[in-house]
Amino acid sequence: MAGRIKAIVIHEKDTVAVALEALSAGSEVTVACGEALPQRIKLVSSIPMGHKFALKDHEKGTPVIKYGEPIGTSTSAIAKGEHVHVHNVAGKKEGGAHA
Amino acid sequence: MTFQGFRRADGLAGTRNLVLVIPSVGCSQGAARAIARGRKDAVYLPNILGCGQVGDDQVLVKKTLAGFGENPNVFSVLVVGNGCETLNPEGLGEEIARSGKRTEVIVIQKDGGVRKTVALGRKIVGEMLADAAKLNREPIPLSELILGTECGGSDYTSGLASNPAVGVASDMLIAEGGTVILSETPELIGAEHLLARRARTPEIARKVLDAVAWWEKKAIEGGQNIREVNPSPGNMEGGITTLEEKSLGCIHKAGTTTLEEFVPAAMRPTSKGLVYMDTPAHDIEQLTCMVAGGAQIVVFTTGRGTPPGSPIAPVIKITGNRDTFLCMRDSMDVDVSGVVQGRQTVRDAGKRIFDEIVAVASGKVTKAERLGQRDFCIFKVNMNI
Repeated sequence: MAGRIKAIVIHEKDTVAVALEALSAGSEVTVACGEALPQRIKLVSSIPMGHKFALKDHEKGTPVIKYGEPIGTSTSAIAKGEHVHVHNVAGKKEGGAHA
Repeated sequence: MTFQGFRRADGLAGTRNLVLVIPSVGCSQGAARAIARGRKDAVYLPNILGCGQVGDDQVLVKKTLAGFGENPNVFSVLVVGNGCETLNPEGLGEEIARSGKRTEVIVIQKDGGVRKTVALGRKIVGEMLADAAKLNREPIPLSELILGTECGGSDYTSGLASNPAVGVASDMLIAEGGTVILSETPELIGAEHLLARRARTPEIARKVLDAVAWWEKKAIEGGQNIREVNPSPGNMEGGITTLEEKSLGCIHKAGTTTLEEFVPAAMRPTSKGLVYMDTPAHDIEQLTCMVAGGAQIVVFTTGRGTPPGSPIAPVIKITGNRDTFLCMRDSMDVDVSGVVQGRQTVRDAGKRIFDEIVAVASGKVTKAERLGQRDFCIFKVNMNI
């Protein structure tokens, strides 16, 4: 493996990666998960450490996947390489027991 | 694959070969402690209950104490009663004896007071230890392991490194035919619908959702709406976007397989694969519930660092925080900080944890065992009267 890993993809189905250090807009990051081939992502926003960026384009209203499960739904279109957080993702607030 | 374990009369297999002294009530705890004192491989439970519990709590206390006696990490059991407690010591002994292991009951009020009871107890424990020493480890399929999973003192490394890595190890053990217990229901809030979706049957899914609703209601009665205050502003600053994400970071330690069974606190699972146990998130109560339910080994992830261990089951401490690993080297078993530092993949860290599980199941001593961490706390719902 060449160099330090700068972002983690936790599960093969994930549509987001987590930055392991602050990453700047315009930089290219190599991400890999499991047996899949590593892919290079060009960041379109700056990503603070511990925050997420998109591994693919999300249309508005599509599930955002981390840990192999939906952590919420996109509230606007999210481009590949864009910061994914409370400004463009919403969770399911009410309890599953009442759904 | 196999580990080196101890075969029991009831067909179960242990990772340890201990003689367990169980006080059936807080009043006989002192005698039980004196009986086990200074005897390597004899341990006592610091139980303060057994009298004054009402309703379901009476059942929970007996089930927890009996579960420790029945756990295959235990070779033989000595129950020490006082004599007038509501939890009948003979009844407790009978329940444990059904596992086929030698189980003796002594009672302070019948056996001549504390000193004579301690002397009698030490003689019995001496015999049990001599018999235990004759037993050797033998190869046991990994499919016979019940692995408890737990996290405590979490920080940002828990959801990024240690829990996902333990998730990989959990999936590997289940692929070997083993059992993994996921628990701590209050930590499930926000991701319960996702876990319920992985249930084998709609009935199992319903039990998971009902358990979360029960804990949520209890917390609100106590003045805390868990859903409203999560994720916290600090969580969001750290990059956590939704409550689902926060809770998944915790439950991901049980891997990604189908949920095969739901069991109440301290109840032994009957299924292989992933099992949900309805326990508190209180670290030592949760640990006690899983070991009472038959877990012979536990993996415990931490970010800030937590020392607890179990009286009868090895507890492997895993951290993704390098500073914590260095500061608390005497408590931490596995360092997966390489994941956060970009030097190790989650999968490689998971394989490392799986190897440690097999080694510890086969006799490698954990840091918590070396420190003599024998923490025990019974979960109950109501006040003592």
